[in-house]
Formats: sequence, C-alpha cells, structure tokens
Amino acid sequence: MKKTIPFLAIEGRSSGYYMLLAILATFILASLGAFYYMEHHGHYVTGMSNQIVWGMPHVFAVFLIVAASGILNVASISSAFNKKAYKPLARLSALAAVALLAGGLMILVLDLGRPERLVIAMTYYNLKSIFAWNMLLYNGFFAIVIVYLWTMMQRNLGKYTRVAGTAAFLWRLALTTGTGSIFGFLVARQGYDAAIMAPMFVIMSFSFGLAIYILVLMASYNWTERPLGDAIFNRLKNLLGVFVAAVLYFVAVYHLTNLYEAQHHDFEMFILRDGGIYTQLFWLGQVLIGGVIPLIIFYTPALAKSRGLVGFGALLVILGGLAQVYGIIIGGQAFPMTIFPGKEVIETTFADGAIASYVPTLAETLLGLGGFAVALFLIAFCVKIMQFLPASLADKDVDPHYKAS
Amino acid sequence: MLSHKTIISTLLSVLLLLPVFAQAGDLMPVVPKAKAKANPDTLCIRDVKDMRKNHMKYILHKRDKTLREGVRTKQDSLAECISCHISKNDKGEYASFGDSKHFCSSCHNFAAVNIDCFDCHNDKPTAASKTGSTIK
Amino acid sequence: MTQPVNNKETTTDIYRRQFLGKTAAAAGLALAPGMILTEVAHARSADQPASDKNRWGLLINTNKCGTGCTACVSACQTENGWGEINKSEPHSKASQKAVWIRKVKLKDKLTGHVQSLPLMCQHCEHPPCVDVCPTGASMKRKDGIVLVDKHICIGCRYCMMACPYKARSFIHEALENQKVHAPRGKGTVESCTMCVHRVDTDGTPACVEACNAEGHQAMYFGDLKDSNSAISVELRNNGGQQLRQDLALNTGVRYQGL
Repeated sequence: MKKTIPFLAIEGRSSGYYMLLAILATFILASLGAFYYMEHHGHYVTGMSNQIVWGMPHVFAVFLIVAASGILNVASISSAFNKKAYKPLARLSALAAVALLAGGLMILVLDLGRPERLVIAMTYYNLKSIFAWNMLLYNGFFAIVIVYLWTMMQRNLGKYTRVAGTAAFLWRLALTTGTGSIFGFLVARQGYDAAIMAPMFVIMSFSFGLAIYILVLMASYNWTERPLGDAIFNRLKNLLGVFVAAVLYFVAVYHLTNLYEAQHHDFEMFILRDGGIYTQLFWLGQVLIGGVIPLIIFYTPALAKSRGLVGFGALLVILGGLAQVYGIIIGGQAFPMTIFPGKEVIETTFADGAIASYVPTLAETLLGLGGFAVALFLIAFCVKIMQFLPASLADKDVDPHYKAS
Repeated sequence: MLSHKTIISTLLSVLLLLPVFAQAGDLMPVVPKAKAKANPDTLCIRDVKDMRKNHMKYILHKRDKTLREGVRTKQDSLAECISCHISKNDKGEYASFGDSKHFCSSCHNFAAVNIDCFDCHNDKPTAASKTGSTIK
Repeated sequence: MTQPVNNKETTTDIYRRQFLGKTAAAAGLALAPGMILTEVAHARSADQPASDKNRWGLLINTNKCGTGCTACVSACQTENGWGEINKSEPHSKASQKAVWIRKVKLKDKLTGHVQSLPLMCQHCEHPPCVDVCPTGASMKRKDGIVLVDKHICIGCRYCMMACPYKARSFIHEALENQKVHAPRGKGTVESCTMCVHRVDTDGTPACVEACNAEGHQAMYFGDLKDSNSAISVELRNNGGQQLRQDLALNTGVRYQGL
C-alpha cells in the first residue's frame, strides 16, 4: 500500500524567512501609505482622470483576482477531477487562492473614491450590476474555499472534500466569468464589447494562477530544502505551457473577430500597429514575453531541464499577463469612443476623439504592488502556522512508478 | 495601614474621574440658538427633544425623498436647517462645519460623531438658497 | 426614430389639459394673447413625487447652435458651481476636472460639413450607468432624469466606464462652497442633472435658458410624453436623432441636423 505523504508546517525561524516577511511587510506598509496619501488629497495625485478612470490599481487588482481563481485549479484537478498526483498540492493551491483574492480586493477597495463607505457596498445591492454580482461571487469564493480547505485539513471530513472541491471549482468558473464580464458587458467601448472576454478571462486565470503557483512552490521547497521531484514539477510545467498557448489562441480569436468587423478596425489598428505603448505592450509584453518565450522554454527539452529557466518562464508569464491586463484596461480606455460615427471631432474641451494619455504615479503603483505583498505575506505566514505543505514532493513519494524521461 | 483594595480602588476612581476634571468646562456642548423658534407656521422643526434624538432619521428620509422622488418641501430639508441654524464665529463670519460655533459641529464635535454631509453640501446658507433657486 | 408619444387618453391627461387651459387663461391675462413663454403643463406641488407620466427631454438643433458660442456651458457652470469660473478643483489636472456639458465641433468625413453642438448626459431610458452601478447610486427618476445619489456612491467609477458619451466626471479633490441646490464632493461621480432642482419647481434648465437668452433658440426643453409640448411637436414635425442610436438606449436628449 502506498503511504500518504505527511503535511508539515514549515519551521520558519531562519533569518531568511523573517527577511522575506519583513520585505513583504515593507511593501504592505508602503501601499497603505500610498492609500492614505491618495485618500487624503483625493485622486488628483494619481495619473487617473476622467478619461482614464481605472488605472494601475485596477490592473493589479484584476490580475490578482483572475489569478486567484486560476490558482485554485491545482486543487480542483485533485478534488473535482480526482487526479491523485495533485492531492499533495491541493492545500497550498486553496490557500493561495484565498490570499490572492484578498490582495486583489484590498487594492480595489482602497482605490475607491469613498473607501469608508465599504459598508454601503455591502448593504446596497443593485442586482443588475455585474460589480454587485462580483461582490457576491468574491465573498462566496472566500467561504467555499475556506470550507474546502477545512475538509482537506480535518481528518474526519475527508469524505466531503470532493463535494467541496467541485463546488469551489464551479464557483471559480463563475467568478472569473464575472470578472471578464465586467469588461465584456461594456457595449460602449470598442475594446470591450465582446462576449469572448469572459471565457478569455477564464483561460487567462488558468495561466496566471498556475504561473504564480509554480513560483510559490519552487520558492517554498527551495528555501525549506524539501525535495520537489520532476514528476510533479514537469506536470505543472507542461500544463502551464498548454494554458499559455490557450491564452494566445483566445487572444488571436478576439483580434481576428475584431479585424473582420469594419467598425472595430480602428481599434485593432490602434492596439496592433499605431498605439505606441499599447502596441509595444501587446507584441513585446503579452505575445513575446508572456507567450512565445515561455513556450519555447517549456517545450525545448534542453531548456526545460533547468529549473531556474522554467521558473524564469513562469515569471515571464506573470509579466506578460500584467501587460495583457494593462492593455485591456488602460488601452481599452485610451482609445476614443465613437460618439459621432462618420464625423471627425475638430474641437472639444473634453478630449473627444483623441487618444487619452495615462502616466501612473508612484502612489497608485505602490498600492497595486501592495496587493501582491498582502497575498504573498498571507501565504508565507499561513504555511508556518498550519500544515499546508507536504514534507516531500520527491518522485518516489508522489508517484512510485514515475520514470525520468 | 492601607489595604491593597483601598489603594487600587482609589487609583481607579481617580483614573475614571480624570476625563471629567479635564473637561470640567464643557460637560455639555454649547449649541448655538436657531434664528427662529420652532413654529408650526414656518413648517420647520419638530419638538426639540424629538429632533435631538431623531434628526438623522428625518434628514435621511428626506434626502431619499428629495433626490430620488423630487419632493422639495421645506420640512426636514437640510438647506432649511442650515439657513435657520447658522451662526457666526468670533470674526463675524458664518462658521464652517468643523468649527464648534457651527450648529452641527457644536454637538457632533462633542459627541465625536463623524458625518460626511458637508463633503458635498454647503455648510452655510448662500444667497440662492434663501430665494430658492433662480426659477422664473 | 421618433420620440415616445403617449396617446392614451388617461384621466391625468384630461386633467392636465384642463389645468393647462386654466393656466393658459391665467397667463393670458398677464401676457399678450398667444405668448406663453414657458410650458407650465406639468405643474406639480412640492410634496408630490416626480411621476412617470412625464419624461423630460432636450432637443438640440445643431443648425441653430452657434459655433464658438459657449453660453450653455457657462450657464451650467454658474448654475451648478463647477468649472473654472467657480475656481472649483484647483489641484486637479485639466483631464481630472469635472465637465457636465461641453461644446463639440464636428466635421463630416465625407462632405466636410462643420457643425457645433453641446454634449452632456443623454438621460437614457435604459442607462448603462444605472445598470452597472453596484450600489444603486446611479439612478433614473420616474420622470426620466438620470442622477447620481452621492449619498451612496462609493466612487468605483464603473458608471464612467459604461457611459457611451463620457458624460460623467469623478471629483478628484475636496470641494468648498458648493451651490446649495447642487451638492457635489470628493470621491463621488457626477453629471448633468438636467437642472433637476429647477425642473422640480417648474423651471427650465440653465443651458436652455442661456441659449434662448443668446438668441440662438437651439435648445428645447420639455415633456416628451406630452404630445402637445413644444419639444414633442418639434420632434414630430422635424425629427430628432439619438447619439449612438445603435445602442438602443432611447435617450432623452435628441439632436437635429446631425
């Protein structure tokens, strides 16, 4: 009979561990400082305006929220789809999902014009608003994933894990669909008005979430000197490759559809050819750095042998993902809305028909980075106080039949 | 000899009373008088005790009535409260919200109850508010 | 597309007509016969709520709109307290300052025809800003006027993302000395209210008044549901287009000569 791998809390007494917490805490404090600064003065201290109403904080927040639902995939594969090899990875996956969502939501809330009215957001619901659905989806996600974690971590509740895991999986699909729909339902803006936004966000979540998961796993096993075998690692790497390719496919379909429709030609030319920073972010950031280079790394055997390079590839996926979300959120707003089809705006006091400029300030960038720091801090802290990480992920412990190829 | 009990209880009473000594001068807020007394003819306020206890409910109810339904009667209208309850500061100008000479602040400062009405609403009467807006 | 016309002979309509007759008679005493300056058909007492028997709208004739004339914009600023003349928002960059109404000059790409028009909240029947607002702060009154309830606005700006006309502004800093009838403040979103405080007391929006005073007469204000109102008559006779008609929002603001 195969023995089960024990879960052990990390020791967390090394100076390196405390250093990590201290660095993350510094980022969190900086973001709180940025929040205070922005709220005290008002949003005029940011680069956001009445033209670009959502800025850097929303890029980070949307990225983290999307990644949060995606990072739960690893657990879903084990519980909802019953793949034994992923069982040891499930707890960390669910923990990271909660942590990333908390980080993302923190940014969103702290960027509000009236953050002190959070209680209003919780008590006044306009049920036609996709934002309001999302608030329900986010809160539900916390509840379901925490119950799911509980069934995994309490011995006699194991029989409920499959049900809870399946519920969490379905919920997360709804959540990412909801996040994508925030943009997909905005019919007024050329860059957004597309139903494909919702499934595209789902596949983006698979990719961003897994990339973060691989990096968190590598860091925690390296730093605690626990074995992490190729059996698990290569599976995750190959899966990430599939997801990265799938994102590229959806992006291609999205742009091809737009290119086919005459009314979206201007927007496509803006993103693909004439958009300056947005064009660069698309081709260099999203496609090359976030797509092509990671795929080459993951699927070239000589390169994929190097753990360092694969980790670098995962990092590129994250950077490319941020570029993609930036392009969607900021690029979609920078491109002028067509209010008068067939006419050219020759004079206006409100930048009609002109491409809006956006230069993020330090404060809003720090606020966004703080969301990442909160997520990572929560993960680092929780793996110390509770048993999230398997003592070993060596090949012989995970899959006795695994043979290195 | 003093028992521990006595010492502790004495210390505690002093501690508890400290805030009272510190604020002996302002045990009650000094609330400026309104320009007009409550008067059914002015269609303004209700009983003072009722107002002290329930003004927030009345104003809240009226705010939704006015904004969402367009009911613009004088009863419970914030602009009406302000135009009657405004008082001047030492310099002879209308006191701003936050200044304890401002009617709302005189009590809200004392009770440390934060309100955000005046983030958007004017805390002083203006010429337009006396005549109503510039309607034909 | 034409304006919504209420042809049903409801008791209210009859009442309204009788009332109109009486008021007209009264007005006739004061004014020269046949010269009724403002519509008074909707008179409702201060304690009566706005009703869905009315739908307030604006009609803008771009051919009459004066190129270079900004009387409507200045009047709105004076009335509602925004913009440079009120020294509102001194810290905000130009792109961060509130704009309730703006003048836009257009040139037809094919014909080269140049025209000028004011652009503001279009007071849609199906406003996207109301649909997306998470708290219900973005709302439409029964009589069709779209407003922001700043009491429950959390400043998320989703309505600004959704509005096809860029009609809304976010307040980027603390404000002082607001107009009593036009409260506005930091961290909330605002837009044209169709001078709702005037409408509620039988007045005309400041922009329309200013346009008339300027002699352009390019703007009509009135009740789209009252088939006898000047705006309805004008729409019926000469038509009026919606901006972004493809979105089927049934806007309360219509344009002629586009």
